[in-house]
Amino acid sequence: MSTLQPAATPESVSDEVTPAPKAKKAKRSATGDAASALNSRWASLVAVIIAVLWTTPTVGLLVTSFRSQRDINRDGWWNAFANPGAFTLENYRQALEPGSSASFTQYFVNTIVITIPAVMLPIFLASLAAYAFAWVPFPGRNALFVAVFALQIVPLQIALIPLLDIYTNKLGLGNSYWSVWISHTIFALPLATFLIHNFMRELPGELMEAARVDGAGHVTIFFKILLPLLTPAIAAFGIFQFLWVWNDLLVSLIFIGGTPEVAPITVRVAELAGTRGSAWYLLSAGAFISMIVPVVVFLALQRFFVRGLLAGGLKG
Amino acid sequence: MVASLLSAAPSAIPEPLLRAESTAGKFVLMFFAIAFFAAIFGLVLFLASLFKGRSGEKVQGALFAGPAILLLAVGLMYPAILTILQSLRGKSGEGSFSFDNYSAMFSQPELITVLRNTALWVILVPFLATAIGLLYAILIDRARGEAFAKALIFLPMAISMVGASIIWKFVYQYKQTERPQIGLLNQILKMFGFETRQFLLDAPVNTLMLILVMVWIQAGFAMTILSAAIKAIPDDIIEAAHLDGVYGFRMFRYITLPSIRAALVVVLTTIGIGTLKVFDIVRTMTAGQFDTSVVANEFYNQSFRYDAPGLGAAMAVLLFVLVIPIVTYNIVQMRKEA
Repeated sequence: MSTLQPAATPESVSDEVTPAPKAKKAKRSATGDAASALNSRWASLVAVIIAVLWTTPTVGLLVTSFRSQRDINRDGWWNAFANPGAFTLENYRQALEPGSSASFTQYFVNTIVITIPAVMLPIFLASLAAYAFAWVPFPGRNALFVAVFALQIVPLQIALIPLLDIYTNKLGLGNSYWSVWISHTIFALPLATFLIHNFMRELPGELMEAARVDGAGHVTIFFKILLPLLTPAIAAFGIFQFLWVWNDLLVSLIFIGGTPEVAPITVRVAELAGTRGSAWYLLSAGAFISMIVPVVVFLALQRFFVRGLLAGGLKG
Repeated sequence: MVASLLSAAPSAIPEPLLRAESTAGKFVLMFFAIAFFAAIFGLVLFLASLFKGRSGEKVQGALFAGPAILLLAVGLMYPAILTILQSLRGKSGEGSFSFDNYSAMFSQPELITVLRNTALWVILVPFLATAIGLLYAILIDRARGEAFAKALIFLPMAISMVGASIIWKFVYQYKQTERPQIGLLNQILKMFGFETRQFLLDAPVNTLMLILVMVWIQAGFAMTILSAAIKAIPDDIIEAAHLDGVYGFRMFRYITLPSIRAALVVVLTTIGIGTLKVFDIVRTMTAGQFDTSVVANEFYNQSFRYDAPGLGAAMAVLLFVLVIPIVTYNIVQMRKEA
């Protein structure tokens, strides 16, 4: 029954390819049909091709990061498997050795120091604001919430240079972590407030009312009742903000430039790509050192991340 | 003017609270900052708890929402207004009011190239990424190892655009044809008997090569959203279609596609907005040279490298103006669906 025709021919409607062996209660999906029309063998082939195309570039650089400087420039990484004994950790040793000029260690530390407060601070502020917008009646509440919501569309580029001026010339925070902490917080607030507010609105109002009847104030309600319930929303936003700040280039580049005392690893890697574009032994190791944390976090918390994505969690 | 901004001005705040040399010092600074912010947080809550009753609610609401609103007003709205004003005051951003910067955008050949490139990005990236994401989502739907297959495509979303740029720069690496190749793409060209190419130097191919990197990153996002939308199609609709003898490609065309229309719009517009603001890829791979610059990158170059903050500001405003119709379309579409 199976036909070897590509998807584009509607005639290949043969849904009844031999029923999948493990599907007992054959739960069909719309696309399952499209896929079986494609003929599952062809479908798998195309899927595998896409998957290979998508992974090969990363694998190439990963393999390269374990080859010696001489080998990297002598021939392609695909030759490396012929001589597995030549793999080395030397690039990573150099990239992590404290004190050496090639070291990424202090930039890595800077990234951590930048990221943690830049994730916590917007969560603090946004959950407070979201609580007020959701449950505390005060004058101008709706207009203000719409304004905060609308600010999501403002590209951060439009604020950068005047903000830089404020930090350096008015507040004396130039070239310090404070300028990035505060900036990341500001840029995250519209999205964070929006996400957490939406989540809060869905909690039953009776919960709040019951607490108020018992004499609890807003502060008590916020801490004792809401905060524990908010965990999923906070986790979804937190992982977003974490990836966003960890991977950021623009904000750090503008507010703290390449200064080794404060610059994050992305800024350093980007700078190296410009000045030492052929030093692949360093670039490859540096790139993977910068990637390892977000990849681990992402894989561990994928669930929350996807949930956040589906809740409309994308910011600019 | 901007160059002087980068060197830190003397500050009233003691140095140890601003910068630290040692790793330990940095972490101390970080914990200090967290404690400092927590203290402010505590203070707000304490003040709020002083006000009781229904009339106190007004004060409480203001106290709760105040910090966020204040930060947004001072840190986003006020700077945005300054930028708009600056964009109207000539190249330096300090001259008399005029539309010079905006007319320059549409008359200077190198800036026209920037606009052309941006248009190319915004058209190609959303459609290619969405098409690939959708195809992949369909192909692996309810297949064995679906979660793993998804993670492979999705991982580029987790890494930085800088990292992605390094990965692809290596793929595009150039060596003369007769020498052994280290870049994968040129090795493939050579295998098929072509001359190797400087992928990042030759316009206009280089812009397409940069676009490819963004497609690589965004396809995973498209796949995730669309896959969720596909799985949300109710079983009874599918059953009903089957009873009517609709299968295969017609199923896709008449059932799947209309059912995921809203998700498709969200994916296309979201990727479109992200693409408009693309900076890291261009900056890391070519720094906007060789005719590859886009608006977000030109904003940076004009402001910080060519000492034309007024023109840079105009670029930022342009970015804002370009985002508005996409967001509007997105909202209008969502309203229609609702």
